[in-house]
Amino acid sequence: MMRARVAFAGAIHEAAPLERGRDEGRVRLADGRVLGEEEVVWLPPFDAGTVIALGLNYADHLKELAFKPQDEPLVFLKGPQTLLGHRGFTRRPTDVRFMHYECELAVIIGRRARRAARAQAMQHVAGYCIANDYAVRDYLENWYRPNLRAKNRDGATVLGPWLVDAGDVMQPANLNLRTYVNGKLTQQGNTRDLIFDIPYLIEYLSSFMTLNPGDVILTGTPEGVVNVVPGDEVICEIDGLGRLANTIVADAAYAR
Amino acid sequence: MLAAAWCDIRCDVAPFRLSGTVYGTLLNHSSALAALQGKLELPPYNAPPRAPVLYLKPRNTLAGCGETVQVPAAAAELEVGACLGIVIARTACNVPAARSLEHVAGFLLVNDVSIPHPDYYRPAVRYKARDGFCPIGPWVTAREAVANADALTIRTYVDGDLVQTMSTADLERSVARLLADVTEFMTLAPGDVLAAGAAAPAPRVRAGQTVAIESDALGRLVNPFAAAAA
Repeated sequence: MMRARVAFAGAIHEAAPLERGRDEGRVRLADGRVLGEEEVVWLPPFDAGTVIALGLNYADHLKELAFKPQDEPLVFLKGPQTLLGHRGFTRRPTDVRFMHYECELAVIIGRRARRAARAQAMQHVAGYCIANDYAVRDYLENWYRPNLRAKNRDGATVLGPWLVDAGDVMQPANLNLRTYVNGKLTQQGNTRDLIFDIPYLIEYLSSFMTLNPGDVILTGTPEGVVNVVPGDEVICEIDGLGRLANTIVADAAYAR
Repeated sequence: MLAAAWCDIRCDVAPFRLSGTVYGTLLNHSSALAALQGKLELPPYNAPPRAPVLYLKPRNTLAGCGETVQVPAAAAELEVGACLGIVIARTACNVPAARSLEHVAGFLLVNDVSIPHPDYYRPAVRYKARDGFCPIGPWVTAREAVANADALTIRTYVDGDLVQTMSTADLERSVARLLADVTEFMTLAPGDVLAAGAAAPAPRVRAGQTVAIESDALGRLVNPFAAAAA
């Protein structure tokens, strides 16, 4: 099942996709109303708890950044104010030279995990969604790198459009990821190239911290990150999970 | 001693409850920076920090006064990070320092517990985000009841022995300045807590000991430390 959370006409609703014939691209609210994608405001598709992100978790992206592989996952955490839904706007500060998207498979925890063994790890997964985990490279510093000023900015972690049940994703370790900027393909990868795969990450993380329902793991991004500027439309796509759209906007909209 | 869960921490001023989001600030006490003197310009850092260096203490780490902190079997000792916790009252986005205190509900004590780690180059999630590693409390003291948040003395005791005395007067960024510089890049929401930074060297605690952190204006945050079940 695929479900979204959308705001429409004064309330927040669960919504499902309509995919056939003339209804393609439209959504059905739980109360029966059928609406166009543009008529609703898309929110992150679930109530996120702790947001755990991975850096340098694709071999090709590592090469792109001239880094050597880690012996341990590079993990950082993000706060709730950075989350944003499908079709949202993300601010690019005027003074920066390099801000880029990162298309990632997001793994949502459904059942509490504490010291989960690899063989059982996938039983803790509720589902998946697409994440676009923006970074502002100008603000990287070598203190707890990647630091929050580069990676935890307001509205710079886009989730959605759908939460797709784990049971509907047959091969999470073989999903193609693609990013398009203004329609042009700029990033491509496959989750089979994750250095630390999903069961490993759940085993590793739950060895020292309890993973609770709603916690989400952003598994990292492959190569192909390019600079984006105000007006750019960035679409991240993952097999079976849909297309997650975002638009870059300038400081002026925020009175800065 | 009656243990209180963090979500029951008394907060008699708006927003009357904590959100569960707690951020910490690295190297914001002058003693913490001084401890790295001579290393700041060298690899892997290459330069002293420019903007505030933050990290999250996620919800699994939060504990209340009286709750027991589990010491992992692999760690002989843990570091005690006594900090002033700033509790947000009103959404704080890009607020100037001159106005930032208007966004503060009050203050509490934060014990930012860590497994000692060798450097600050990579995020220290495995060392700082373990279950129960962030006792907070004992309650939220309203901002109006604190004469000057930049002149608070915070004392740490291990089994009754005074092991550290630190003052918020020695923060690199004052409370108002820190809020301004943090909210320039990320919004703080009502009930969020921003820990203003611990002093160095961090006192150590072992399983079987009890840590008390106190400040005259803010009360006393007490937590026993016990060996985690293997």
